[in-house]
This record gives sequence, C-alpha cells and structure tokens, in this order.
Amino acid sequence: MVWVNAIIQGILIGGLYALFAAGLSLIFGIMRLVNIAHGDLIVVAAFIGLVVTSMLDLHPLASLIVVIPIMALLGYALQYCLLNQTMGNDILPPLLVTFGLSVILQNGLLEAFSADPQKLNAGVLETASLSMGSLNIGVLPLLMFIVALAVIAGLQWIFYYTALGRAFRATSDNAEIAQLMGLNKKHIFSMAMALSLAVVAIAGIFLGTRTSFDPAAGPARLIFGFEAVIIGGLGNLWGTLIGGIILGVAQGIGAQINPGWQQLAGHIAFLLVLAVRPTGLFPRVSH
Amino acid sequence: MNTVVTRNSGSSNAFLIVVAITLIVLATAPVWAGRSDLRFLSEVFLYLGLAYLWNLLAGYAGLVSVGQQAYVGFGGYLLFALAMNTGITPLALLPLVAIAGMLIAVPVAALIFRLHGAYFAIGTWVVAEVFRLSAAQMTSLGGGSGTSLPVSVVKSIASSRSGRESLSYWAALLILILIICLVFLFLRSRTGLAMTAIRDNELAAESLGINIWRTKFMVYVLTAGLTATLGALIFMQKLRISPDAAFNVNDWTAFVIFIVVIGGIGTLEGPIIGTLLYFLLRETMADLGTTYLMILGATAIAIMLFAPKGIWGFVNSRWGIELFPMTRRVVGNREQTTEHH
Repeated sequence: MVWVNAIIQGILIGGLYALFAAGLSLIFGIMRLVNIAHGDLIVVAAFIGLVVTSMLDLHPLASLIVVIPIMALLGYALQYCLLNQTMGNDILPPLLVTFGLSVILQNGLLEAFSADPQKLNAGVLETASLSMGSLNIGVLPLLMFIVALAVIAGLQWIFYYTALGRAFRATSDNAEIAQLMGLNKKHIFSMAMALSLAVVAIAGIFLGTRTSFDPAAGPARLIFGFEAVIIGGLGNLWGTLIGGIILGVAQGIGAQINPGWQQLAGHIAFLLVLAVRPTGLFPRVSH
Repeated sequence: MNTVVTRNSGSSNAFLIVVAITLIVLATAPVWAGRSDLRFLSEVFLYLGLAYLWNLLAGYAGLVSVGQQAYVGFGGYLLFALAMNTGITPLALLPLVAIAGMLIAVPVAALIFRLHGAYFAIGTWVVAEVFRLSAAQMTSLGGGSGTSLPVSVVKSIASSRSGRESLSYWAALLILILIICLVFLFLRSRTGLAMTAIRDNELAAESLGINIWRTKFMVYVLTAGLTATLGALIFMQKLRISPDAAFNVNDWTAFVIFIVVIGGIGTLEGPIIGTLLYFLLRETMADLGTTYLMILGATAIAIMLFAPKGIWGFVNSRWGIELFPMTRRVVGNREQTTEHH
C-alpha cells in the first residue's frame, strides 16, 4: 500500500513539475529561448506571494489575482527591454544573459529576505484530505494537479484558437515572414514571456504552499521543469504533463526506497529516457 | 612570387619576452613570497586554468556547459578516495585523476550530446547534480558532510608545511602552463581549425567533411580530464571536501563563466584579463558579499549586450593587438619591388 501511495503522490506532484515546465516549453517553442533564470523566477513569484499574503492578509490562492499580473508585467518588461536584444542565431548571448540574471535574482532575494526557508500558509487546505478506502489523498496536491490540467488546456486553447496563438505560431514558424505580415516580433516575443511568467506565478504560489522555499531553491526547479520537458518530448504540452508525472513517480519510488535517493531517482529516470528515446516519449511531429 | 605569411606579430613577440620573465618570477615565488601570497597565487592559477578550459569548450567548440563543477568535484573526490585508500602521495595520483576524468566523460558525453544548444547546457547541470547526489551517498567519504584528508596523507605530500605549500604551488603553476600550451597548440592544429569552423557554421563545416560529433567529443573529454586534475589540486590545497563545496555551481562554473565573458570569450587573451579583473574585484569588493555577486552578474550581462567579445575582443578590434600568435597575416611580397621596377 505504501507503494501505491508513493505512486499516487508522485502523479500529483507531477502536476507541479508540469507547471514548472509549461512556461519553459512555451518560450522555447515560440522563440527558441531557454531561460536559465526560469527556476529563480518561480522562487521570485513565491516570495512576491509571501509579501502579498502578509501585506493584504490574503489566502495564498487568492493572492494569485495580484501575483499573476505582476509576474506577467515583469515578463513583458524583461523580454522587451533585455532579452529581445539577445535574440539571434547565436545561442550564447541569451544563455549567458539569463545565467547572469539567475545569479542576480538569487543574490537579490538573499539580500532582501535572508537565507531562511519560508512558507506560504494555506490554512486548513494544507491538511485536508479525501480518504478512498485505505488511501488518503491530500486536497492541496489534488487541487494542484487539477490546476495543472487546466493551465495546460488553457495554453493549448490560446495556442490553437486565439489570434494571439496564431501570432505565436506564425512567429515561431518564420519570424521574418510574420513581421512582413504586420506582426511586431518584439511585441509577440514579449507577450510570450508574459504568458510564461503568468504560468510561473501559479507554479511559484503552489511551490510555496506545498513546501518551504529559500532564495537558492531556483536551480532545482529549473532542472525539474527541464527534465519534464525532455522526457515528454519538445513542443508537446500534454507530453510535458506526462513527463512531469514520470519524474514525480520516479522521485516518489526513489524516496520510498531511501530518502536520499528521491532526487537521484528522478535524474536517473531522465537520463534513461535520454539514452533510450533522445527525442522524448511524445515528440511533436517536426515539420 | 614569394608571399610571406606569418602568425607572429610585434605584439606577440613582445608578449613572449614578457611571458618568459613572468614565468621566472612566478617559478621562484616560494623563495620570495609569503605563505598567504603563495596560496593566493595558486588560486589565481587554478581559476585561470578553469577559465581556459571553459573557454575552449564554450568559446571555441560551442559546447556551453554549466556543469563543469561535475569534473572539479569528481577530481577532488577521486583524489581523496585514492590517497586515503592506497597511501600513495596525492601529487603522484594526479595523472591517474586526469585519465579517470576523461574516462567518466565518455559515457556522459554519449548521453548529453543528444541535447543541443541551451538544452545541452542544462543537461550538463543535471549530470553535475547526479555526481553531487552520488557523492553525498558515499558514507566512506563522509556522506553529505564530507571528509578531511588524514594527517598521514597530508604528511606524505611533504613533511614540512612550507615544503607542502611550495610543492602544491608549483603543481598549480605547472598544470596551468600545461593547460595553456595544450589549448594553444590544439587550436593551431588541424582539429582546432575544424572546431572553429564548426562553431562559426556547423552546416558549412559538415559539408566540408568535418566530423562534428567526433571533434566536439574529443574536446569535451580532454577538457573533462584536465578539469578533474584542477579539481584534485583545488581540494588537495583545501585539505577538506564536501559535496556542496565540490560540486558548487557558483564557485566552479558561474565565476568561471563571468571571467571568460568579461575578459573575452573565444580569445586566448580573454581568460587572463578576466581572471586578473575578477581577483582585483574580489579583493576590493568581497566585503559587499551578495551585492558583489550581483555586480558581477550585471557586468557580464552588460558585456554580453554591448561588447559580446569582451574586453579583449574590444582591444583586438580597436588596435589589432594579438598576444598569442593565432591569426595568419601577409606581411609582404619578398623581392616584389626590385623585380618589377
């Protein structure tokens, strides 16, 4: 029974990893940008959540109304003012600029909030659970998983059924032609980053309610998100969800064997997929 | 008509003399320098070595790794394990560490070379994490809290403390010279040329018959072995190792990246300028703590945006100075003027 429980917990945590991964996958798909500071931005969102909940006396989930717009604006500004200058055929500038940004964010948070672990208090939601026979499923992890499903469905809808999504796809396919058709590449890229950081805001708040976080917690979140993207296959959001679930289950089983193996088991699952199916389990058909 | 093509220039010839004098001064440092100066200089050498290797990977081979701490830590841990279990003096183990570093890099490369560009970068980071988590599981080496070199091993380096410090200083200087010479000769070789061609245009290079995978693989494996050797020396000097210190992404990768980017990525002079500047900044601003790191990060971003070839790239394009004779240039046509007029 402990194994079934470990697997169910792993599946549910997979939703959180899919949230980490969705923003990363989105901007890679649209502008071939890999944001090394992605994990640190998740932690930034959690800290903004901390400030908002304590200042406005809000529940962490209610604070999303404030945190999502803040992060989206931050994303737009970040892309428009900084990252757009680095976009080109050379992968080095965006990589090193976001790497520098990651170091700045980590140390900025350290300066502002100290290295102490923090947590967002979700009240009764944290301990509430549904019992199904001998299994207990936490309401919060379940809610997290449902939100992850909703976010991915929402992103799919934006991508395939809205004017903005059409602009994203057009820019992704050929930025120059899209520009000729009257799309402003810089604006589209900035909108993509705004959307990515809106997802990051949700991921950050759920991270903060589920576990404690500190300024150095970012890189590990980046790595989990990245592993989910690669396991699932590049450019496939539903694949990313399955990637997150596989990662979560591997970590759950690892932790059940030995607490020290939790992260190691996740990394090994990732390396195994890379060895056996380097394009991921569900790659989008390339054209 | 005899055209004279040379790689030497006035500045590179002058540089050779400066290098010779500097080497004599540095080699005799244990005689004239104090204990803390020796430690400081060793640290500069080891960082310069890391910077050269990362520059070779990212600046020339286009393999942007943010996981070189994997090999620094691997080298350190292997040296500790071998010295504690065999009783052989650590300095004699260095060649073994280099070979082991290259061997472990072979399966790693086979796996992460499936990723490209920025995803390759994060893949190297995952590997470094796997190394760190595995080291934390080894209870014989202290697990998560790490271990110190036993006194008997420390004494086997040299019986006196000053003897030990001189020896590890010379070892650091020697490995640095070895790395610079290897990188320099490698870049001037056929493979080096192939590598630069790949970096500049992979498709064009491949269509000229260059085996991209093999060339990159060779560079990655060679760099890993030398990085492991540097790691072994770094922790031999510290006398203590722990997973968090050995596989630290800030210490062994972030700083090294900043050094190379600020000095000039893809140049042989850049790492020297970057290392000098880095230590100058560190000695003057280290009290600022986190602010110092933020300034370093911001400087690297500014350089990447406004002068992507770093300080040395700027100097080179402005005045055409080159300290390492790399670029071929035509210096004149011999006898041309007398023959035709």
